[in-house]
Amino acid sequence: MERRKFLQIGAGTAGAMLIPVFGNAIAAEDLLNPMAASAKKAIADVALNAATKAGASYCDVRIGRYLNQFIVTRDLNVESINNTESSGIGVRVIANGAYGFASTNNMSPDGVAEAARQAVAIAKANAKLQTEPVRLAPVKGVGEVAWATPMKKDWRAVPVKEKADMLIAANKAGLDAGATFMTGSLFQINQQKYFASTDGSYIDQDIHRLWAPVNATAVDKASGKFRSRAGLGSPVSMGYEYFDAKASDKVRAAGGVTTLYTNSYDIVEDARLAGKQAREKLSAKSVEPGKYDLVLSPEHLFLTIHENVGHPTELDRVLGYEANYAGTSFASLDKWETKKFKYGAERVNFVADRTTPGSLGLIGYDDEGVRAKKWDIIRNGVLVNYQATRDQAHIIGEAESHGCSYADSWSTIQFQRMPNVSLEAGKARLTPDEMVADVKKGIYILGRGSYSIDQQRYNFQFGGTLFYEIKNGKIVGPLEDVAYQANTQEFWNACSAICDERDWRMGGSFFDGKGQPSQVSAVSHGSSTTRFNGINVINTARKIG
Amino acid sequence: MKQLNQEEVKRITDRVLGFSKADECSVSVQGNRTGNIRFARNGVSTAGLTEDTELSVRVAFGKRTGTAVVNEFDDKSLEKAVRRAEELARLAPENPEFMPAIGKQEFRRTQTYQGATAAIDPDYRAEVAAAAIGQARAKKLVTAGFFTDSTSFSCIANSNGVFGFQEFTDLSFTCTARTEDGRGSGWVTRSANDARRFNAGEAAAVAIDKALRSVDAKALEPGRYTVILEPAATSEILGNMFSSFSARSADEGRSFLAKKGGGNRLGEKLFDEQVNIWADPWNPEVPVAPWDGGSMLARQRTDLVKNGRIASLDYSRYWAQKTGKVATAGHGNMIMAGGTKSLDELVAGTKKGIVVTRTWYIRMVDPQSLLLTGLTRDGTFYVENGKIKHAVKNFRFNESPVTILNNIEELGKPEVIGGDEVPYQMVLPPMKVRDFNFTSLSDAV
Repeated sequence: MERRKFLQIGAGTAGAMLIPVFGNAIAAEDLLNPMAASAKKAIADVALNAATKAGASYCDVRIGRYLNQFIVTRDLNVESINNTESSGIGVRVIANGAYGFASTNNMSPDGVAEAARQAVAIAKANAKLQTEPVRLAPVKGVGEVAWATPMKKDWRAVPVKEKADMLIAANKAGLDAGATFMTGSLFQINQQKYFASTDGSYIDQDIHRLWAPVNATAVDKASGKFRSRAGLGSPVSMGYEYFDAKASDKVRAAGGVTTLYTNSYDIVEDARLAGKQAREKLSAKSVEPGKYDLVLSPEHLFLTIHENVGHPTELDRVLGYEANYAGTSFASLDKWETKKFKYGAERVNFVADRTTPGSLGLIGYDDEGVRAKKWDIIRNGVLVNYQATRDQAHIIGEAESHGCSYADSWSTIQFQRMPNVSLEAGKARLTPDEMVADVKKGIYILGRGSYSIDQQRYNFQFGGTLFYEIKNGKIVGPLEDVAYQANTQEFWNACSAICDERDWRMGGSFFDGKGQPSQVSAVSHGSSTTRFNGINVINTARKIG
Repeated sequence: MKQLNQEEVKRITDRVLGFSKADECSVSVQGNRTGNIRFARNGVSTAGLTEDTELSVRVAFGKRTGTAVVNEFDDKSLEKAVRRAEELARLAPENPEFMPAIGKQEFRRTQTYQGATAAIDPDYRAEVAAAAIGQARAKKLVTAGFFTDSTSFSCIANSNGVFGFQEFTDLSFTCTARTEDGRGSGWVTRSANDARRFNAGEAAAVAIDKALRSVDAKALEPGRYTVILEPAATSEILGNMFSSFSARSADEGRSFLAKKGGGNRLGEKLFDEQVNIWADPWNPEVPVAPWDGGSMLARQRTDLVKNGRIASLDYSRYWAQKTGKVATAGHGNMIMAGGTKSLDELVAGTKKGIVVTRTWYIRMVDPQSLLLTGLTRDGTFYVENGKIKHAVKNFRFNESPVTILNNIEELGKPEVIGGDEVPYQMVLPPMKVRDFNFTSLSDAV
């Protein structure tokens, strides 16, 4: 259901009543003074004690206060400003070797104790079907600790009008530059999460994320043709300082075709470029299908990484826990056990981490009280590890969890979610322009587009936002109707060059869906501009009716 | 916690409307109690129960609006929500497209609540999982699935006297069965608002049968084939199209329903004449609320496609006013007419074709033509001379629902099918369609 909500927001069609979120001046005063940790500890202890008394061998409690503000604009109008707030408690237990979970927004001692007892009753009902008891990798209790997203400017203290004005200024720049229509939104997320467990941890976290997607559409009524160009800024986990654009955070794309951004974002400049490029797309050449060398910018490659490296190495998928929905994985345990499964070319190295500043996966502790860490997934092209939670660690011989547990609300059950999974920069010095200079017949792709992949992550087809034809080492002009289609393992083994660390930056997915009921999470993927040789490109133009 | 009744919710909405000092105020209260059980690897993985009630307040001062949402209901919290919304509205710029709150509406009740569903408890859910796991174990298969049920209410009210309250029940079940060696996979989906229409054992048997029949899949060359699409194979594809009926997008030139040179394609014949699609909140199989929560307008029975022609477009209140048309409530369900034949009967009448159980990971490639890409999954079979011959490897397709509905050969008996990424409950027929465009092979099982 959450996913549907977010999808409707994304389409810009949602009625204001559907979208939750919270206020500014009055609310900010409230919000900047969250519930005292001592009060949360008292509530948590009620649940831990009630669960233990009812027969739980383990219990964890998450008290959540989720505050969001969404601002949606269209052309020069603010369509809606919504604040949502949701508070409640989720109690997970192990009883008779099985999990049980219950959640409630009734935070009275009676309400909390009742939820804990209900979780135990559910666990006991499920235990009858259990063949093997749940085994949790050990976690040492950390006592009472706190962690917060590093932030210079708190978005909750920025006046709503200032934010709306920024989006309208961006839309105006896009319209002036050639767009027929513009949309701009600002998603601001604050998760105040208090975790407590019978291991002796009481962890208070204050997590913040921001995303400002803009979109330009150009229409040619005479031909009935329309084209869109989405913004190239990334969602981040940092404060409102992200929108104080610095010249040093701007990157010139190969051939100077557009401007890209690292640690801060010039939304007005990007919207202007979006308007201009959306118009250019109407008359761009339609691609000739065939094999091309692809030069993929990090603003595009992040989603490819997400789909064909991030998801296949989720251990719950590999084991079959997601078989009924998201699917399983080609990166099976038997391949991993050989220690020589060539996922990609020798130069391909992927690292999982939850510690990179500004990344969407940045946390202090996961939703099982495990400290954030960093580890290898693919080293020298070989699959070396997965992403695991406490109950999975023993399956791959790990002594402790990777810290990959996450729930999107106090009301949902935590399970294995993707950390940031990033491609390491190339070791030899190489710029995107130098990379292009070495391509005879290729396409330079920037930005995210249509993306689809099978349930075991073999066959994928991805589009993009901007496409440029490369001929004999030079960018010769824009292309349209481009999608590339390949097999994951063949694709990463066709990786022929990776630009160096000067070009490394992150893109991210703000609403990644997984699980039943579907939950969303946010995750970043970093890379430098990367080249893949001889990839199949199809033409997606069609005529109907 | 006991779910609130109409009287109790009305007291809340009256309090909220009373607190408001704005020019107008709209309130919605949604409460739900949702239980679920998830199983995988022939055991229960997670199960839970969630109770929550949410209040959304939208106020306006002139053309300035603000919305606040909370899930606490004491007087202080209610007033806090109203003040927050008012504060936001005062700070917001004027919206030139602002539409004042609507006047009183007549909502004719729909039968959305069934006691048998509301009575579902943890033991019932465990039995659903046990039915699937037991059958799978007996056939040496591995199963994974998800069952969820909810009992909820929805209430809307505004300062012009609109008031609606209704209770709902709902359940859905999906189950995958796989062979131990991973070479075969089958799947089934069921949804209902009445638990008396649901049988977990019957459903699981379908997934198990498909898993056993789908081993030893042979590779066919990608290309254009006659296909027999089960309702689960078209629900997401058509759902994408149903969401694209906005009159404004068409008039603005950015929709598949935009006309070359300007205007929209209302009244044009875009599909085969067997195609008839409508929305009807009172449909007994997929009843939905008689209002649309966003606009608070009363829903009506509405034809979208009549004998292959575009019969109506969706008008927001603003666009209706601007263009002199009547505003439409957002639809909650979609019903497509079909024939009387079962899937097996459609197969029996097919010389050469492919049966598709389900499609997956469907994404828009080009909104201009509604070209979508996605893959087949969990049961794809080759048909020759009226009989299923063998399983085939999964395909990726690149195809538009407009083309699919143009290429219909025959329609079967409609079935209830829930949407996953599509916000509609649907009744769709299995369809036999010519020249379906499979563009590559997938190794996935």
